[in-house]
Amino acid sequence: MKNPDTLEEAPAIDDSRIRLVDRVAIRFAGDSGDGMQLAGTQFTNTSAIFGNDVSTLPDFPAEIRAPAGTLAGVSGFQIQISSDDIFTPGDRIDALIAMNPAALKANLADLAGGGILIVNSDEFTPANLKRAGYAENPLESDLLADYRVHQIPITTHTVEAVKEAGLGSKESARCRNFYALGLVFWLYDRPLETTQNWIRRKFGKREDIARANELALHAGYNFGETAEMFALRYRVEPAKLPPGRYRNLTGNQALAIGLVAATRLAKKTLFYGSYPITPASDILHVLAGYKHFDVRTFQAEDEIAAVCSTIGAAYAGAIGVTASSGPGIALKQEAIGLAVMTELPIIVIDVQRGGPSTGLPTKTEQADLWQAIVGRNGECPVAVIAPMSPADCFEAAIEAVRIATRFMLPVMILSDGYIANSAEPWRVVKAADLAPIEIRHATNGGDFKPYQRDDHGSRPWAIPGTPGLEHRVGGLEKAAITGNVSYDPDNHQRMINQRADKIDRIAHEVPPQAVFGDTTGDLLIVTWGGTYGAARTATQRLQAQGASVSHAHLRWMNPFPANLGEVLGSFKHVLVCELNMGQLQTLIRGRYALDAEGLHKVKGRPFMVSEIVDAAERVLKAPSKSTGTHKSNGGVA
Amino acid sequence: MSAPLTLKDFKSDQEVRWCPGCGDYAILSAMQKALADLGVSRENTVFVSGIGCSSRFPYYMNTYGFHSIHGRAPAVATGVKCANPELDVWVITGDGDGLSIGLGQLVHAIRRNLDFKIILFNNRIYGLTKGQYSPTSETGKVTKSTPDGSLDQPLNPLTVALASGATFVARCVDADVKHMQEVIARAAAHRGTAFVEVYQDCNVYNHHAFEYATDKKQRPDHLLYLEHGKPMVFGAGSDRGIRLDGLRPVVEKLDNGNQDGLLKHDESVHDPTLAMFLARMKHPEFPEPVGVLRAVSAPTYERRLMAQVQAAVEKRGNGDLDDLFNSGDVWDAK
Repeated sequence: MKNPDTLEEAPAIDDSRIRLVDRVAIRFAGDSGDGMQLAGTQFTNTSAIFGNDVSTLPDFPAEIRAPAGTLAGVSGFQIQISSDDIFTPGDRIDALIAMNPAALKANLADLAGGGILIVNSDEFTPANLKRAGYAENPLESDLLADYRVHQIPITTHTVEAVKEAGLGSKESARCRNFYALGLVFWLYDRPLETTQNWIRRKFGKREDIARANELALHAGYNFGETAEMFALRYRVEPAKLPPGRYRNLTGNQALAIGLVAATRLAKKTLFYGSYPITPASDILHVLAGYKHFDVRTFQAEDEIAAVCSTIGAAYAGAIGVTASSGPGIALKQEAIGLAVMTELPIIVIDVQRGGPSTGLPTKTEQADLWQAIVGRNGECPVAVIAPMSPADCFEAAIEAVRIATRFMLPVMILSDGYIANSAEPWRVVKAADLAPIEIRHATNGGDFKPYQRDDHGSRPWAIPGTPGLEHRVGGLEKAAITGNVSYDPDNHQRMINQRADKIDRIAHEVPPQAVFGDTTGDLLIVTWGGTYGAARTATQRLQAQGASVSHAHLRWMNPFPANLGEVLGSFKHVLVCELNMGQLQTLIRGRYALDAEGLHKVKGRPFMVSEIVDAAERVLKAPSKSTGTHKSNGGVA
Repeated sequence: MSAPLTLKDFKSDQEVRWCPGCGDYAILSAMQKALADLGVSRENTVFVSGIGCSSRFPYYMNTYGFHSIHGRAPAVATGVKCANPELDVWVITGDGDGLSIGLGQLVHAIRRNLDFKIILFNNRIYGLTKGQYSPTSETGKVTKSTPDGSLDQPLNPLTVALASGATFVARCVDADVKHMQEVIARAAAHRGTAFVEVYQDCNVYNHHAFEYATDKKQRPDHLLYLEHGKPMVFGAGSDRGIRLDGLRPVVEKLDNGNQDGLLKHDESVHDPTLAMFLARMKHPEFPEPVGVLRAVSAPTYERRLMAQVQAAVEKRGNGDLDDLFNSGDVWDAK
């Protein structure tokens, strides 16, 4: 392999030093300002283009710049790359790059025994050690005895390497993330081209900075090659992904692209009304760049205006979408009720984060399920879909628009902080292969009835500007058929029933619940949303051990698929794993009257595979329950 | 082309359910007459309201209508206009809906200069919840919720609108229907956010709150009918005027009708100072101005939004889904 032409040739590689492995998990960790997210993203993209399956977990503080060198300011980016299918960023990491003492302290516990630890020794000063809370220098103690430690003065090397670019000392030192990245590229035998091209695109206008970053990248790479510090290098061969074209997408990117696609499939305009909130803001950022698709983005003054503008846009005939996270969804709930009452199709995205209240803004959680399904005044059902992975957000967005416009109601998309920021390969689809979304606007004048239902139970979508269809809608209860204000008791009951009926009908529009593994057995692991990967990997592991374990992952949370009761009732045990204190578990118990057990975790982090394996093994060892009870109750709705 | 529409064509089939004698009836009638006179089409007209007595208004207009939630009508209207800038959109709100729970939405809609018309029915009381004081009630107002008198200073709807950068600000009173129609017609003709305050009598919970301004005998002495380019003259016999003394307006008795030295109204001046001090003139020290305080031209939000869309299409071509899907770093798996 040769280095790019602008730089001197690297020595030829001795292949005997490279060991083939199936997968590795790496974490870059440093101060918030150290550029760790960038280094992680570059490693991800290079590996994906190389052909590996990838799964990532960015983990960053809520503060933009917490005090330098403190634990509060540590920013991490974990990535697992594999030569076969993977679903998680990995439980334990094989290599940790710690750019300062705080990063070491915050991340060391996740490093597997015997793992590679690369530290920037320049930063292990008495002041930084104190900020990180180290009484003594861990590099000089036996704390790190279990690891393969490589102390490298990364800052010093970087400043020296980029001298010829002519930057100041501070700017020179800022290139150290590229030095670290270059070193890790060497260690895992990755090509530099992707990052090199990115640097040129990104810093094209600042030739000196582009040059410096390139120099740092190559210096790190060459250091690995020449220092003889590392006994071995590792290579992960390309994965056998189904043939096709791929690109990496985060969940937020996939939602944005999916919404644009859905709008085109419906031949409509996309209106996106939103108020900035972590971790949902990126959807607004991405969509604001798609104006050439007639995407109209509106940064509202608050969450309430965001959702209300979305309702107004839907009323006027656009595909109206708003997004937020838990605290903002709470503010939007009254207006979502208005959309339920006026039966207008809007999409509400909830990128869940740790709660309650402001909670953990940058950490993931699944504790908004109840808020999504029942968190409004009155009997106020909305449809809820939860994408299972970053790439699945694309499909979920299209399904949400299809269902919202077919049944004339709000659809909530429950994403989460993990899905939103993680990346995975998305198999690029062809626009022509996507099914159109049929929209039928009311056109008949004369005897127009705004609440006359069609064979989906939906009222007509009659948009202003259409002659003869002038009508009034609003939050007061509507009379069936005419839509006039009605306080009639029987009418209220009837309308409540009709709105609920639309949700029930959706259950027959969505695919039946699939099961991974046998459709009967000892244990069914049940998950939803971003916990898919860990649960699927755990199930594979348990099945490989011979256990009678299957996995059912729910995407439609309201309504549940029509056959879910039957699926659940076919197992001796049901274990619901979720990042909350048992919200789906309670819904399943209530709906199907079966004794579902739960694995709950609210630590702001995704499940580890081992946590699910351990919980499943505990359940399997427990005294067996009567299967008959489950079976007989399984179909009860 | 069918026959021109009349007032009757703008009446919906719904029974009007305001209290008998409510000032809202006059506003409804003035609106229906004004729209008929303007020759607007019903299908392109949308009334959006929040919550409160005034917000039932859309149900009585035979146009498109949206009775939304408390305080949020400007936000709903924003979405309507962004989705379809061609529609004529009216926002109906009140002093509680627009200045209390919905103040944030009102201010931000105005500052964006969306092309819709906001009619704020000010009756200085909460009517639908049966008579609590409102953000425009005078300090010391005794109501069910303030038996010992309210403590808050009232908000002035016009200064709120002006401070938000409103490009059109006007006021009228429910008792002067003909003038109200003129103001509504002026608002309709404005391109941008038009803000109109209507003094409206709640004859059940706050009867005669504006008697000084609505009673036929008192009206000439207490209202200043603004006319662009004309000296500011008022009073039963046009015997008084407004003069500027330093930075303060003063009332001046005219000497044999001599209007020299009186302040001339200029609604088109971009600087809001004149409009602001007119808005601050309060009874009984001053006559209260009615008519158009300010009408200036500025680009509207939705036009600029559509211009950005247009510019993006011109620069990058009409978006192509396959290009979008294949953008960024892509690779092929064999």
